[in-house]
Amino acid sequence: MSTPINTIFSPALAARFDRLVTIYPMRRSALIPMLLYAQDEVGYLSEQVISEVAARIGITELDVRDVITYYSLMRTHPVGKYHVQVCTNISCMLRGGNELLAHCKHRLGIGNKETTPDKVFSLEEVECIGACSWAPAAQVNYDFHENLTPDSMDKVLADYRART
Amino acid sequence: MAYLVSHPDEVKVLSFRFGKGATDIDKYLELDGYTAVRKAIGLGAEGIIAEMKTSGLRGRGGAGFPTGLKWSFVPKQAQKPKYVLVNGDESEPGTCKDRLIFEHDPHSVIEGVIIAGLAIGSKMGFIYLRGEYRYLLKIMEKAIDDAYAKGFLGKNIFGSGLDFDVISHTGAGAYEVGEESALMESLEGKRGIPRIRPPFPAVVGLYGGPTIINNAETLASVPHIFRIGGAEYAKLGSERNGGTRLFCLSGNVAKPGVYELPMGYNLKKMIYEVGGGIPNGRSLKAVVPGGSSCPALLAKEIDIGMDFDQVGKAGSMLGSGGVVVLDDTVCMVEFALRTMKFYQHESCGWCIPCREGTDWLKKTLTRFHAGGGVAKDIDNIRYLAQNMLGRTFCPLGDAAAMPTIAFVDKFRKEFEDHLDGKPCPYAHQPEAALVGI
Repeated sequence: MSTPINTIFSPALAARFDRLVTIYPMRRSALIPMLLYAQDEVGYLSEQVISEVAARIGITELDVRDVITYYSLMRTHPVGKYHVQVCTNISCMLRGGNELLAHCKHRLGIGNKETTPDKVFSLEEVECIGACSWAPAAQVNYDFHENLTPDSMDKVLADYRART
Repeated sequence: MAYLVSHPDEVKVLSFRFGKGATDIDKYLELDGYTAVRKAIGLGAEGIIAEMKTSGLRGRGGAGFPTGLKWSFVPKQAQKPKYVLVNGDESEPGTCKDRLIFEHDPHSVIEGVIIAGLAIGSKMGFIYLRGEYRYLLKIMEKAIDDAYAKGFLGKNIFGSGLDFDVISHTGAGAYEVGEESALMESLEGKRGIPRIRPPFPAVVGLYGGPTIINNAETLASVPHIFRIGGAEYAKLGSERNGGTRLFCLSGNVAKPGVYELPMGYNLKKMIYEVGGGIPNGRSLKAVVPGGSSCPALLAKEIDIGMDFDQVGKAGSMLGSGGVVVLDDTVCMVEFALRTMKFYQHESCGWCIPCREGTDWLKKTLTRFHAGGGVAKDIDNIRYLAQNMLGRTFCPLGDAAAMPTIAFVDKFRKEFEDHLDGKPCPYAHQPEAALVGI
């Protein structure tokens, strides 16, 4: 299968994708990592991303959408530059996960699955992220923040704010 | 980064390299690394499986199936390539142990995969990490690259004449993918829907080839079995439950953390001595002994050894080692609701009893906790859960039903306390309403 001409990804990512489709016994196995890495670069799974990933794998756009709708980390709309994901599952709930989420809503002035008007932060209540012994916990993009309190969460948010 | 803790009762076999910089391959080699695989090559396939059976290692993902036996199910002759799969889609609420293994000792996973490959005659292994563990994927990728550079992976590994390749792979957020056949679907680039069995993965698995799939902790334990010997490993644990395992203490406990303790270690001691007891002068109400799918144990039921058989005898499961401790301030209806919200969110929707059952249970529990419950709801919740049991292609339906039945049976009074439009009597809990995920 010929590789399509790269239209939207950076040369580095395109090169990574060119290799990714060759390492598995089945080309389609590259789909999920490819979508996730594309999302990391583009910000979300846009129409263009879906179209190009489908072409690179050699499946239909519908096949790609079918997969996207299944996985929690995949999104078809933009979020904030820093996507704040607060866990409220049992271990976090027992140590203040709900209060932490409420605090983030108050501090950021947005609700669940919303983005601040300046597009710096977005907020999402998430299921267990594997930080149970260090609860309550949150992930900002892929970075873990653990043993959080409302005060330490403020500091986390301020640190990200300062990076913008 | 996950934090490390320590307690004198710990027996550090699997975790002995944690915190010692073993992500560096030279450091790993210094710490007895890649010695087990050399021994395993000497033993040959049958010798490896025999040693695994001697070790008494049982699957650390939750089911507790004897690992050596599982490996022995793979047919020796097969038309299609055979595969080894590492299930690192750790996502059972209460479980955070595989994270530490990938973070501190990634080469032990690689070594375990190679040994499993030698046992079944496979030439390729996959390490599937949950999508949220991106920083671990980077650690794992580097470890694999380093292993190739040393000639431990690729052609003619360790001069044995055998070839073995390992690929690390990321998921993208799905609890269901922790189920073995759903993980294979996911690795094939599809929705994580379980497959109908039989045929079992040992015969028809990934890409249709015979496959062994084990939890990351199970495979990371394998090199240690060959390092210290299967019989010695078995002795560390209790009867029919060889070795040690990582227990993740979380919830209302003074010193939460991941502790490596012998199989069969007393649960009460784990909570009160290792975990430092219940903080803030509170008392213990319940323990979820092995991740959210395991029926809760009452405070009076916890004087038991933590192995698959003893916890099973107590009416629950050892599960994935996630020990969630609940103090006397926790509203069990709210806890049941939060648990069900999770399963409703994660149900893949393939089987009706699970898809509809989790949704109905979530709706009923939500209404019930908010004070809109009527007496017959209590039996209805139990009845609905009971009817999900054993009626789904994969264990997710059971995982949602089993704890729910226990919540109703063991905490019926707390359900009754919510009747007649009364506000939740355990109002200390945050009123930050559980917002729909």
